[in-house]
Amino acid sequence: MSNARFSGTESYVATDDLMMAVNAAITLERPLLVKGEPGTGKTMLAEEIARSLGRPLLGWHIKSTTKAARGLYEYDAVARLRDSQLGDDRVKDISNYIVKGKLWEAFESDVQPILLIDEIDKADIEFPNDLLQELDRMEFYVYETQQTIKARQRPIIIITSNNEKELPDAFLRRCFFHYIRFPEADTMETIVKVHFPDIKKNLLAEALQSFFELRELPGLKKKPSTSELLDWIKLLVAEDIPPEALREKDSRKAIPKLYGALLKNEQDMHLFERLVFMTRRTGAN
Amino acid sequence: MLTDLFYRLRTVKIPVSVTEYLTLLRALEARLAAFSVDEFYYLARCTLVKDERYFDRFDQVFGDYIQGKQTLFEEILGEIPLDWLKKQKELNLTEEEKAKIEALGGWDKLMETLKQRLEEQKKAHHGGNKWIGTGGTSPFGAHGYNPEGVRIGQNKRGQGKAVKVWDKREYRNLDDQVELGTRNIKMALRKLRRFAREGAEEELDIDDTIRSTARKAGMLDIKLVPERRNTTKLLLFLDVGGSMDPHVKVCEELFSATRAEFKHLEHFYFHNFVYETVWRDNLMRAVNRFPTTTLMNKYSADHKVVFVGDATMSPYEIMAAGGSIEHWNEEPGSVWIGRLLALYPNAVWLNPQPEDHWNYIPSISLVKKLMGERMFPLTLDGLDRAMKALKKAQH
Repeated sequence: MSNARFSGTESYVATDDLMMAVNAAITLERPLLVKGEPGTGKTMLAEEIARSLGRPLLGWHIKSTTKAARGLYEYDAVARLRDSQLGDDRVKDISNYIVKGKLWEAFESDVQPILLIDEIDKADIEFPNDLLQELDRMEFYVYETQQTIKARQRPIIIITSNNEKELPDAFLRRCFFHYIRFPEADTMETIVKVHFPDIKKNLLAEALQSFFELRELPGLKKKPSTSELLDWIKLLVAEDIPPEALREKDSRKAIPKLYGALLKNEQDMHLFERLVFMTRRTGAN
Repeated sequence: MLTDLFYRLRTVKIPVSVTEYLTLLRALEARLAAFSVDEFYYLARCTLVKDERYFDRFDQVFGDYIQGKQTLFEEILGEIPLDWLKKQKELNLTEEEKAKIEALGGWDKLMETLKQRLEEQKKAHHGGNKWIGTGGTSPFGAHGYNPEGVRIGQNKRGQGKAVKVWDKREYRNLDDQVELGTRNIKMALRKLRRFAREGAEEELDIDDTIRSTARKAGMLDIKLVPERRNTTKLLLFLDVGGSMDPHVKVCEELFSATRAEFKHLEHFYFHNFVYETVWRDNLMRAVNRFPTTTLMNKYSADHKVVFVGDATMSPYEIMAAGGSIEHWNEEPGSVWIGRLLALYPNAVWLNPQPEDHWNYIPSISLVKKLMGERMFPLTLDGLDRAMKALKKAQH
């Protein structure tokens, strides 16, 4: 069992339940599965854990074509075939053609690493099942060279999912689970302060208010997320926009500044412009 | 003591296994949550619950478990439609009035009366001082004032009593028993898409063939993978008119959004039940009717059929000739649906009515029987079951 503890970092605000989940995963050395809306910092989490515990981070980013075996190792048969035709000496030793995967790297690491398996739901439906034994026993067998690779110490594994596919029960049973909920207004304020320590207080208040009002808007196709809010504030700060400019009710001019950072498609833009127009009209009466 | 929590989670159909239970015990042994109930709640949740859909149910069970007020809510909470409790108004009382309410008696008496009232009451209710609803001074319901009251379905405001984390029920939207709305429509889309993607043949996997041929030192070794083509053909029948309209809109959006995923998707409208004609354009329904027989000739038997309707009507509309409320039908609706089902054995009925009401409405039971029990609620979970049923071959 490991004694390391995670309690957020200066650049990452962790809620109590998130900290509990991470610490449970660290202490019991089992994988932690993290789900949540896009842009709530799932991938960031692994980076921040690695930073705060001072451990190396290994990222394994999953695509729809990724096979589980690739995380362990790959036998590059094509290279060997080519080498054999060129009469290369390397061809005699099969281990020259074994390419180590991320899991192997993590198992071999001298210090306990953080292994991030990012967006596991992108992969084939059988992918998680193929990793059950490896994640449970933290060892696997290389058929080509007939050796067993065993983890020196069990890596801390963080798995993220966007919920595109359901994960098999047998896999879920072996993980801790955490769902990152969209942060509430006061948590959000802390998050923004962490990223922009010198932001003017009234600008922050105005920005957050417009942001949450925007999220409340019925019928939005894509609600703006935390990462989009941070981008927007970055723009506001860079352009040195005064807080008054965000108060849409008074402004008779165009819609509030730089909303393009928050709304990412034209239907949403359009809906928003129409609503602003309507409120302004009722306000004038 | 914890075993009790474990079994209660299983009773509400949260899939917890012994492995997870043992993990929780091990985590407790490692002193991960030793000092507060909140910590224990977080730990138990991340260990035992592996899907945010179950968070709401977990919160309820946990709250109940911690309170030690067993069995209370599992019986009651499920029975009260949420609409009754949707906040209609807030209530302000004078001190005098408050004192009056306090005089209603102890907790046990309160629960007994609640059960009794639940049995008596049949309609939603707001205000007043007896029935279950919102904004009143009855001890049962939400957003009202009664210090001894039983809060049912209240989320935040009210008289400012402390609310526990699990009592906030923040994950309600993620529960898959909830009706389809804009929030969970995306999940539904994914489920439909997955459904549309299946049942395909194999095609040559060039990469894998090369790889395995190379591995076998040049001996040709052909590899196949399932082809990613959509073969599903779907006929959609939607009930329009009256109470069904909002649901129909959701369904229509849902299926049209997945249109690209289906090889064929046609939709037709009917009113209450299918008879000898249906129509394709709701505005032109008076003139532009589509005979059901033509439809059956046009679309081959390998189409799958989805009906969407509340199936809430008089049984005559199904069983009797001339039962239709719109026109004189020569043959009863049951005959027509029988013909459709004989041709298209892969069919389901999606019903927006809550599943636990079905048994009380004769026409629903009737339609369900006609459909060979393949009727499912219009929730994510129901959609999932419906798609599963469609995939199974029917004979």
